[in-house]
Amino acid sequence: MRASATTRPVRQRLLLTVAGFGALALAACLLAPLVGSTRIGLARVFDRSVPFAENVDAQIFFVARLPRTLAGAIVGASLAASGVVLQALLRNPLASPFTLGVSAGAALGAMLALTLAVPVALGGLTAVPIASFAGALGAVLIVYLLATVRHRGLSTEVLLLAGVTLNAFFSALILFVQYFADPSQTFRTVRWLMGDLDVSSYQPIVASLPFLATAFAVFAWLPRPLNLFALGPESAASRGVNVHAAQRAAFFSASVATGAAVSVGGPVGFVGIVVPHLVRLLVGADHRLVLPASALFGAAFLVACDVVARTALAPLELPVGVITALIGGPFFLWLLVRRR
Amino acid sequence: MGAPDRRGRHRLTTAVPARHLAGPAPGRLSRLGALVAVAMLAAPEAAALFGGHASAIAAVGAAAGRAAERPGPVARLSPAPRRAGERQASGSSAAAPRRIVSVVPAVTEMLFAMGAGDRVVGVSSFDTHPAEVKGLAKVGALLDPDVERILALRPDLVVTYASQADLVSQMRRAGVATFDYRHGGLADVPATIRALGRRLETTGTAEALAGAIEQRVAAVRGAVLGRPRPRALLVFGREPLALRNVYASGGVGFLHDMLLAAGADNVFGDVGRESVQATSELILARAPDVIVELRYGRTLTPDEVRRERETWGLLPGVPAVARSRVVVLVGDEFVVPGPRVADALERLARALHPESPGALVR
Repeated sequence: MRASATTRPVRQRLLLTVAGFGALALAACLLAPLVGSTRIGLARVFDRSVPFAENVDAQIFFVARLPRTLAGAIVGASLAASGVVLQALLRNPLASPFTLGVSAGAALGAMLALTLAVPVALGGLTAVPIASFAGALGAVLIVYLLATVRHRGLSTEVLLLAGVTLNAFFSALILFVQYFADPSQTFRTVRWLMGDLDVSSYQPIVASLPFLATAFAVFAWLPRPLNLFALGPESAASRGVNVHAAQRAAFFSASVATGAAVSVGGPVGFVGIVVPHLVRLLVGADHRLVLPASALFGAAFLVACDVVARTALAPLELPVGVITALIGGPFFLWLLVRRR
Repeated sequence: MGAPDRRGRHRLTTAVPARHLAGPAPGRLSRLGALVAVAMLAAPEAAALFGGHASAIAAVGAAAGRAAERPGPVARLSPAPRRAGERQASGSSAAAPRRIVSVVPAVTEMLFAMGAGDRVVGVSSFDTHPAEVKGLAKVGALLDPDVERILALRPDLVVTYASQADLVSQMRRAGVATFDYRHGGLADVPATIRALGRRLETTGTAEALAGAIEQRVAAVRGAVLGRPRPRALLVFGREPLALRNVYASGGVGFLHDMLLAAGADNVFGDVGRESVQATSELILARAPDVIVELRYGRTLTPDEVRRERETWGLLPGVPAVARSRVVVLVGDEFVVPGPRVADALERLARALHPESPGALVR
């Protein structure tokens, strides 16, 4: 922590941090719907004298851009916050929301839904988001059972190794099924893996909210245990933290948030690994600041990346995962080198 | 390779590592291997890479900027820009081939349609048409040609994708001649048939087949001449029951050519690519009068077709949706640029011009 940072009371710094990053996120969310591949007039968007059915500008604004911006914000916030939690839980700066097999499980679910072309819809939700969420939860449970079966509490070491292995195993399963699938379905699966925020309705966002709200409620309780995790489990326990309960809470809340985010926007890469590091550079290592700041910055970052994705080569669409990686990749490498 | 000019697109596969970075977990998921890696090209290209029935839309080698065939009063197919590849392996006899292995479904169909089906001894794993191919040996496809099985069939001609450089050189070492197939536009279908005819020394039947296709295409062009041309969105893939990952024909290639010949204008005609990801915003902004959705591979039940059509209700402001002009066409012939293109074109024209479909039938 920086010297100046420690002198100011945490409450005040939290207020400043949330205000600053909140303003950034709000600005991104307000500006993003104004730009796109098509020029629309804001006056016409809110012109009530034209019926909505005939007002193309309003349709583009409310049907295409607004849900897309909201999707970017909640996916970015969830992935970044989950990244913070998992990096602290695993005490590994390379951890990301996808380290523990969640994304591979989600991808397997999505791939099966796409390959079998399951024509299922549940309350406005279609097969792909449902299957990807189910796949994510399945992966989470497998990893959790493996990490607890022979340990009292949660072995973060087993968690990490099991997660990485499960990722590889699910990837192999995906390849195996893809090998026999229709090529166009294979393409759609791969495209899904690159992330896509064009949700084209509010339904997926609304469906993910209960899960995300629960996860974020747990996140609000987590900063103190996360700070103490850095000292090691024994030290944390000696300071009155119920380490096992905190580990479980961290693991499940981060996993559920990731699974819900992935079911909305696909496994968008790099947000969950780069944003936490970037935020730590700005506000220090205290999770009371890092966690809310990362969520807000993640939202702003992904919304901004999506604006680039849909305008850079318009009318061609770039996968948003490509943009986050193009921006996040070099930054992350610089960070790695800088750490030496 | 004797035809480096058309191989550019295929070489894109070397760019895959960079695209892999786009994948989710910086690690596991992105390591889906070569199979998936190639699929990261534009959708139709990926389809073609697999040599599947979707191969038609694709563009193994279709030069990106190649001008699309122009519709117009001249109701004739323009001549092919270049001949489909023909190459004789050194050391083999120049006699007409009697045992042919084809890893290209479109060419397999051509061979059967021009009466050379009895010479075909092996086909790709994706071949389904005509029915006779079911009994033939399957020898893999674009990404996984089984060289051993091909050679075991003792072929004197192997039809390959032009991009299958390894397979071509292996066949050359084995002294087996190859016929390089390249994807292109609508006009390339009869051109490839004629090239096959020359190679098989059956120019008569090949010419008859190619001419018949050209005549039927010309008839459709003539029939739609002077009719209002609806602005159409031609979708060839999306997630089931959702308007996500919607892929549509851009302004280049076989599907675009088909749309123009069938008497419509492509809403993405200005995009110099074969595929466009049609986001909600783009669909709303381009406001198509009619949406044609192609389904292939699996047959859909009438109920599934109805539900897929209803999915477009998510965008009620689009003229095609408001006026109930969303058509789902099911069939492989739309995506295999083989001898069934004329059937596909006639069905497409009837769907685009429902006001007097009778006049469009042969």
